[in-house]
This record gives sequence, C-alpha cells and structure tokens, in this order.
Amino acid sequence: MKYEAVIGLEIHSELKTNTKIFCGCATTFGAEQNTHVCPVCLGLPGVLPVVNRRVVEFAIKAGLALNCTINKFSKFDRKNYYYPDLPKNFQTSQYDLPIAEHGYVDIETEEGKKRIRITRIHMEEDAGKLVHSGATIKDSAASNVDYNRTGVPLIEIVSEPDMRTPQEARAYMEKIKSILEYIDVSNCRMEEGNLRADLNVSLRPAGTDGLGTKAEMKNINSFKAVEDALTYEIERQEEVLEDGGHVVQETRTWDPARGITLSMRTKETAQDYRYMPEPDLVPIITTDEEIRAYKEGLPELPDARQARLEKDFGLSSYDAGIITSSRDMAEYFDAVVAEGADAKLAANWMMGDLSKNLNQEGKSIGESPVDAKRLGAMIRLIEKGTISSKIGKEVFKAMWESKDDPEKIIKDKGLVQITDTKEIEAIVDSVIAANPKPVADYKSGNKKAIGALVGQIMKQTRGKANPQLVNQLLEKKLAE
Amino acid sequence: MKLYAKPAHELHEMLLKKEISSTELTKDVLARMDETEDKVRAYITETRETALQAAAATDEKLARGETIAYFEGIPGAIKDNICTKGVKTTCASKMLENFVPPYDATVVEHLAAERPVILGKLNMDEFAMGGSTENSAFHETRNPWNTDCVPGGSSGGSAAAVAAGSAIWALGSDTGGSIRQPASFCGVVGMKPTYGRVSRYGLVAFASSLDQIGPVTRDVTDAAHLLQVIAGHDEYDSTSSASEVPDFAGALREDVKGLKIGVPKEFFVKGMDAEVEASVRGAIKKFEELGADVQEISLPHTEYAISVYYLIAPAEAATNLERYDGVSYGARVDGADVVEMMTKTRSEKFGEEVKRRILIGNYALSAGYYDAYYLKALKVRRLIKEDYDKAFQSVDVIVAPTAPTPAYKIGAMTNDPLKMYLQDVYTVPLNLAGLPGISLPCGYSGSKMPIGLQIIGKPLDEATVLRAAYTYEQSQTFCREMADLGVKA
Repeated sequence: MKYEAVIGLEIHSELKTNTKIFCGCATTFGAEQNTHVCPVCLGLPGVLPVVNRRVVEFAIKAGLALNCTINKFSKFDRKNYYYPDLPKNFQTSQYDLPIAEHGYVDIETEEGKKRIRITRIHMEEDAGKLVHSGATIKDSAASNVDYNRTGVPLIEIVSEPDMRTPQEARAYMEKIKSILEYIDVSNCRMEEGNLRADLNVSLRPAGTDGLGTKAEMKNINSFKAVEDALTYEIERQEEVLEDGGHVVQETRTWDPARGITLSMRTKETAQDYRYMPEPDLVPIITTDEEIRAYKEGLPELPDARQARLEKDFGLSSYDAGIITSSRDMAEYFDAVVAEGADAKLAANWMMGDLSKNLNQEGKSIGESPVDAKRLGAMIRLIEKGTISSKIGKEVFKAMWESKDDPEKIIKDKGLVQITDTKEIEAIVDSVIAANPKPVADYKSGNKKAIGALVGQIMKQTRGKANPQLVNQLLEKKLAE
Repeated sequence: MKLYAKPAHELHEMLLKKEISSTELTKDVLARMDETEDKVRAYITETRETALQAAAATDEKLARGETIAYFEGIPGAIKDNICTKGVKTTCASKMLENFVPPYDATVVEHLAAERPVILGKLNMDEFAMGGSTENSAFHETRNPWNTDCVPGGSSGGSAAAVAAGSAIWALGSDTGGSIRQPASFCGVVGMKPTYGRVSRYGLVAFASSLDQIGPVTRDVTDAAHLLQVIAGHDEYDSTSSASEVPDFAGALREDVKGLKIGVPKEFFVKGMDAEVEASVRGAIKKFEELGADVQEISLPHTEYAISVYYLIAPAEAATNLERYDGVSYGARVDGADVVEMMTKTRSEKFGEEVKRRILIGNYALSAGYYDAYYLKALKVRRLIKEDYDKAFQSVDVIVAPTAPTPAYKIGAMTNDPLKMYLQDVYTVPLNLAGLPGISLPCGYSGSKMPIGLQIIGKPLDEATVLRAAYTYEQSQTFCREMADLGVKA
C-alpha cells in the first residue's frame, strides 16, 4: 500500500530578552552553572512571578508576523508535572487562552507555494538543565541541575498537521526561523537550543483523510535532523504497517550518530497535566491600539522582501527566495547594492563564491571575512571592466584572506584588465604567427580552433586581457 | 509593671517619654515568655539575641534624642510561613524544618524599616492548613485562656502569643479565617485585609488567590498601625493592589452614627451556639445604641462557601506544594532513583492534613473532573462575591460571628476533619470574595472563653471596618482583659 505522512511541528523558540520571563535574572547563554538564579526562578517558598512585558511584546510580534489573531484577553496557566529540572514541578505556560491563534506561513514546495496553518502561539518558561554523571537520568549515580536556563522565556509555535514530507517540515521550520530573525525576537541559534522542534508524524493510506497513530520526536535542533529524523521515522512506520503491525503512540528520540529513532516512553494514556489558571498572575490585556502599533512596527518580512527583490531588481524567484531566507543575508544584499553594484551580479556573487566559502568554513554571513562594502566595490570594478569576472574570483579569494580593498589587491597583484586595443593587437598578431595549425584549422572551417588561440593569449596576459576584445580582434585578424 | 500586657501605642508613648527603655520592655516580654511558653508554646523559633540588640539600638537612638517609628523598639513576632532572611521559616512542617530563606518577605522589609524588636517565629498549622494549630509538625499551641483548649488556627501561635503577653503584636496570614478565628478564640484583635492590600511576596503560598497577611494585636489602634506598615503595592506581587493606602490610624474615631450595618440572616441559624449568638447580638445592639443603622441583609449563597473553599484552596495548594520534592532545598529522603526520592520525601515529610488537601486538590484538577469541581467552584465563588457586592449597595459594613463556637478542647475534632472544616463557615466567604474583615472580642462564654465579633467591609475599605471596630471597642471593656495563665498574678 502507498502511505502518506501527516506531520505537525511544535517549535520552541527562546526569546532574546535580556532578562527571564518572571524575574530579573540574565538570560545569557553559557554562563557558569547556577549563576543566573534568584529566589523566583529557583522556585523558593513564598516567591511570586512577575511577567516581563518584553516577553509579551515579542510574543505578540511573533503572532502578528505569523499571521495570527492576537487574543486581547490572555492568561497564564500552571502545567503540572514532576521533573527535577522544573523547580516548582509545574511550568507556567498558557493553556486555553494563548497570546496568539489561527495563523499561517507559506512555504515553497516542489509543487509550488503551500500554506501551513499555525494553531497557536503561547508563552512559557524554559526548564533548567540536568547534567547527569551517566548517559541518562536512569543510569546516573548523581545528577546536577543547572538552573540558569530556568525561566528563560519561550514561545511555542504549534502547527496544524499540514505537512506531508520531511522536506516540507524542514521548509516550514526554516521559514519560522527566518521570520523570527526578521522580527528580531529570537537569536535562533539552533546549536544553543534557541530553536528546537518536537515532530509529530503519523501515516495513513494515501488518498484517505483519517489520522493514524502518531509518534513524537522531541527537541530536534537542526534542519538536517528534522529532515533525517522524519525520513527515518516514516520508513520505520511504513515497515511496521506493511508487516501488519500497528504504530504505538510514543515519544521517540532521534540519535543523529546512528541515524535512527529510539523509543523513549510509551504514551498509553495522555499525561494529565492538571492545568489550572495561574493565580499569582493577572490576565494579559492587549488593546487594539497596542496591536496596531506592534503591527506597524514590524519590519518587512521575508515574503514581502522576496517580492520586492523580484520586482525591483528582476531577480528570479529562486534567487530572491534564497537571498531573503535570512535577514542577515537580505541585509547583506541590500548593502552590496547600496555600494552601487548591479543587483543580479550581487546575487550571483552571494550565491556563488560567497556561499561556497561560508559553507566550507561553517561560517554565517555575519561572520563573513568579506563584507558587503568590499564585495560591492569589487563588483563595480567588474562592471567598469577594470577586471574580468574570472579575475574577480582571484580578487575575492584575496579579499577573503586579507583585509585589503579590491583596488589595492588588483594593484598589488597587477590584475588590471588589459583593454588597450593596441597592446592586445600586438599579442594577437604574435600568437597567430606562432600557431599556424589552429589558424589553418579555423580558416578551413573548424571555428572551434579559435579556442586554442584565445587560451594562448590569456596565458600570455595572465588572464588580464579583456576577453571580448580578444575575441573581437582574433576574429577580425583571422578573417583578413 | 506588666509592660507585656500593654498595647503598642501605649508603649510607644512611654518610650518617647523615656518612662521605659526598649531593653526594659523587651526583657519584660522575654520574662513573660519564659513564664508562659512551657504552657502555651506559641513559638517555633526564638531570636532573643537579635531582639535585645534591636532594643539596645532603639535605646541609643532615644538617648541621642532622635524620634522613633511607631513599632520601633516594640517586641513582636512573625508567623512561621513568612520568609525572614537568615532566620528559619519552617511553615511548621518537617519539609522545611531547616529551611533558612535567603530573602525577606516584602512585609518583613516594610517592618524592618520600622526597626521593631523581633522575638521569633510563631507556630501554626502545617502550611497554614488547619484551624487549631494541632497540625503543626512540631508541637501544639495552647489557648492562654484555658490551656486545655486550642488557640484556633492556622495563626494559633500569633494569637496565643499576643493573648499570653509573649508578644505585643504579631503578623499572621489568613486564607480561610486563619487570622480572625484564632483572634476570636484567644480574645485579641485580628484583621484580614482586602485581597491585594498587602503583598504576598515571601508568604509561603497555601492558596494564592485567598492568602493575605494581616495584623494580630491587642487592640484596634495597634491593628490600624500595623496594617499601615505592611500595606501597599508591591512590584514583586502582580496581584497586589495599586490603590493608594489611606491613613488607617487617622480613620479611627468613635463614630458610627448613621453607619449602615448589615446583619446577614443566613449567619444566624437555628442550632447555632447560644453564647456566641448572644454575644454577637449584644454587640449589634450596642451598635444600634451608638447610632448605627442596623438592617437585615441576605447572602443567599453562604451555604456553598465551605464546599467552594475546600475545592479552590486545596487545588491551589496542590500545585503550590509541588515544589517540595527534595531536589534543591528543604528535606530530602533518599531513594533508589529520583522518583523514589521525591515520593519518599513527600510521603514522609508532609503531615496528614497537608496530604489530604493535596489529594483533594489534585482530584479536583484531574482531567474529567476539572469542569465538575474546580470550574464549578470558580463559578459559585463569583456568585458568593456578587452576594456581597449586592449587600454593600445598601450597607457600609456587615457584622457577624467570627467562629461558630468559642475555642474547643484539644483533640476534640482531630478525628473529624469535616466538622473542623465547618468551623470556617463565617470566615471563608471573605477570602472567596477578597473582602477585608476584622475580629475583635465581644464577650465570653460561661467558662470564660473569648467570643469574637467579625466586621466585614467593602473591598479596600479597611478604614470603615477599623472605625466601626474602634467605636465598639471603646464602648466596652473586653479588649482590656488579658488571660492571666496563673502566673505573675
């Protein structure tokens, strides 16, 4: 039988506030264990939470950017479960009145644009971090708890089960990351756990509407892992069903080293979180005026920016999509263009040599040794004909390795393009004289033979001769 | 000179006039403590050394001719569920037997600005759950008027200490009557302010939407002054009121002429304790004589208050008490793994009543029962509040008994939790509706046990409650009496 996967994501994103959601402790990542703590986030007897207004602001912005309706009356609830990384043994979260609901994002798929609905966005506090002496809590003689992360603000973005392939799930998560970066509410550093997803996947016979039993994979924190874990899990469930078995509702972990998912715990009955309204906090009331002001304050979002690049600069949808996929990338592009560089050339260089070099060294665009100013200047030199595109690659490489301006590199290395007709003519003449065979071949109708002559000229000029001029002059001389 | 028997406002005057020193006063109260504590056992922790240091500091200030704050140099004590930096705060529980908070409750910070003499931390029912102080994990507290009787609870230590003279003033907390009922049983003044009037930051939570800290004092004047010290908005408590705090002491004057006083018919029912009824009706008559306009009112949902309270309070308690798991503070009983450690810790370190309420609370919050119990309780809570809103359209204050009976014998109700819960019938509606209420003495039973009168006010209108209480207090002599305990006659 042919199966169809049904995939939904719950994405947790840490918000980039300076302080925690319910107290004044810093949210800085990587600090010494248990240094960013106070009675409130440690859940000591007698403490009370106070909502960080910045968290509400960021959550509303995220809601608006993800096309949600903002609930003007929203409240916090206690989600009760015992775990040693949770000091109060309840998480202050939101249950029936989340800050935002009913949104969507559009993603690009092979079949074109697809809309993924967002069920809700709610605010909650992060838990602490367990540091086990062994591999897991079960086979550890002792465990320590680091409460620095306790109370770091999170939003949880819950999607409808609208995705059908691992690629769609990845595209969805990339889109969410991109939007959160654009509106500047999360650092989205996946390696630090700023952005992580719980993946829910089930299978059903292709062409049917029902829902199969789902498995959940928690805390996936890279795009590759999203795609790989889902691919593996879909295959696993297919095999189970093909063998006449049934999928067990459970939580599984993704082991990236072995490339498999493993059963963590079986959810035979849903865990009862005994939700109750948080009596220590007052409801969050948001007015229409506030919502309007937040909406007006939002920056241009990826979809709009992509459309603008296509329209204003004639970029292809593909190129504009890649350039606007991250705010840093889009801003880099704008800065290159602001230097006076041609937009299409800027896009080509960014998606070509720049991306290749960044990927090789595992750097983000923000860490690029070649900034937008120098790349823009170099592109302008190509446009002016000072250097050829081919020489540009050499200049780019040199810029990557030094802090020098392209002009200085070109001067130091003597890379200025030869555009002097007389100079090139002299070389053309000498090459024609020294290579009678290709000349004869060309003249007898083998037009390809010109390539050997061009190669000789370029070799003699170390690539600096203007290629168009070389071709022009050669063709003229050979026709004589 | 029996300084221990005087109210703070008299002692404050005496200090200002240099008739006494704070050290002299403190030593007098400590001596009284020595005489009474083996009988009453109001304290869990005594802080005698720092108390005498504080007294000496006040005396130095007075010697330099500086002025002092109202409670400065006057000895008092704090219920042991209010966090005090560096001083054990146990909640009368084995779970927090050795817990020393690294921070002060907001009310303690306010108090500290007055520089009073703090004698120690007072006994209570474990985590404030109970009405007799028999649920303390450490020891019972006894009623100074008859040491065979309970002092009430959960602020039994606070009321007993003030009644015995081992503290001039005390702080208590009131979730369903825990200040007013022991004040009634011990013949002192106890006030539960409007919900939100006093910060809860640093009060170890029992039921967050009901808890309030309030004063336990010898008379109404001291109650007004102590409330003044602790009241006010707190940025650390989102539920604290932003309303301005009026001058409570300034509101005290002998005047109830034309004051509209409501008497709820549902509070005076057939079969109620005859002595309590007689005393309270006597007080109502007194108000009429003083010129008040007394009228009968109806609070039709009164009969549901106990049921609603015993769903909401345990539900909130169940989640509030989840944090006691042995992981990072408090008691820990080791186990083979983390689950066993948590289970053993909670099973062994919580007392029976606390566990009973956690079970009730979790049951009420469980999936499938939430709508039938907790949600229904929230709806009826609103109806109860609406009863009071309606009543306050026609009256300024409501008077009622504080407790259905005078203090009962120790052990009399320990095997019947439900009967004990019914003791809260007159006090819990105020917590559910968030209203201020005061209890002050209005008579004695035939066996000379105090009986309390409760005066209930509109939200944030403690001033009118205090004025009515003050006027009544000045009209009779109950408040000037003190249990002698057979010592220092």
